[in-house]
Amino acid sequence: MRPEPRLIEVRKNVLKQNDVVARSLRDRFRAAGVFVVSLVSSPGSGKTAFLEKTLTLLRPNYRVAALVGDLATENDAQRLARSEAPVKQITTGTLCHLEAAMVQSALEGWDLNQLDFLFIENVGNLVCPSSYDLGEDLRLVLISVTEGEDKPLKYPTIFNSGDVAVVTKIDLAAAVEFSWDTAYNNIQAVRPGMPVLKLSAKTGEGVEEYLRFLAARLIELRQAAAV
Amino acid sequence: MHELSLAMSIVELAEEEAERRGVQIDAVHLKLGALSGVVKDALLSCYEMACENTPLRGSRLVVEEVPVVIFCPSCRAQRPLRSIQLFCCPECGTPCSEIVHGKELEVVALEIQECAPNPV
Repeated sequence: MRPEPRLIEVRKNVLKQNDVVARSLRDRFRAAGVFVVSLVSSPGSGKTAFLEKTLTLLRPNYRVAALVGDLATENDAQRLARSEAPVKQITTGTLCHLEAAMVQSALEGWDLNQLDFLFIENVGNLVCPSSYDLGEDLRLVLISVTEGEDKPLKYPTIFNSGDVAVVTKIDLAAAVEFSWDTAYNNIQAVRPGMPVLKLSAKTGEGVEEYLRFLAARLIELRQAAAV
Repeated sequence: MHELSLAMSIVELAEEEAERRGVQIDAVHLKLGALSGVVKDALLSCYEMACENTPLRGSRLVVEEVPVVIFCPSCRAQRPLRSIQLFCCPECGTPCSEIVHGKELEVVALEIQECAPNPV
């Protein structure tokens, strides 16, 4: 008797567990009619300032809430609490990304029916979050002008996991000689057709267009649900 | 660096399969897309760690890298991408956003030990 290797076929998605949870989250979000937006970017691209602005400006007209992922601190949740929207911190410890199960447990006790928009701020990282579906309707990939125009070329995977690119801190564009055309072309090179917004959370430039975009998506979602 | 948690998922998945079929696993074959967001070398070294203290200890992870294939709407055909920095049809240059292959992160086969019957 001689042992012989044999190959047996299996087809198993390694991320199945996450995808199953993400799917059930998506079903819950759908049933509650809440539009869920996630934010991914590198550390320091202005996700939290962007989110604070978003929550503050949406709050008079919409019911909004946020989950924020962070490795160790609760600073972001404290900053975002200034918007007076419900905010919960997900402290990931050393984990470099959010997973669907973390979102699921963070949402325990929340009545999603009471929300129009839920924002999920991922951990600052342009690599790992790309693999994990969080059940969101829209994934925004943020790049700030200070990071340089070549970010999309360096991280094509995250841009391909996202729906809309948002160029932030445009008030600093001139100081860092940021070329909008180059950045735009690079985004289109790695993800043709990707919508690109540009704004400054600090000065408010471009924010209105972005809010209109979100409002339109919420209407679309509710109309689709009503059909 | 999420490769360790992925490696642990792979080991868990293979272990379940081995238990269900009552076999010993020599190697796990994995399809890894260029857009999976996973670094092959990191995954390989994490796999070794993840196998410690499991029935898969000593087994190999065989990674088949899957290049990105897009669908070109102009050619109406699937085309392999030349570079993941440029999502354009390599034949006609049309920008292509429909990804057919390249996001795979999938266990596709298990190499198992089996005793072959003695030749008569």
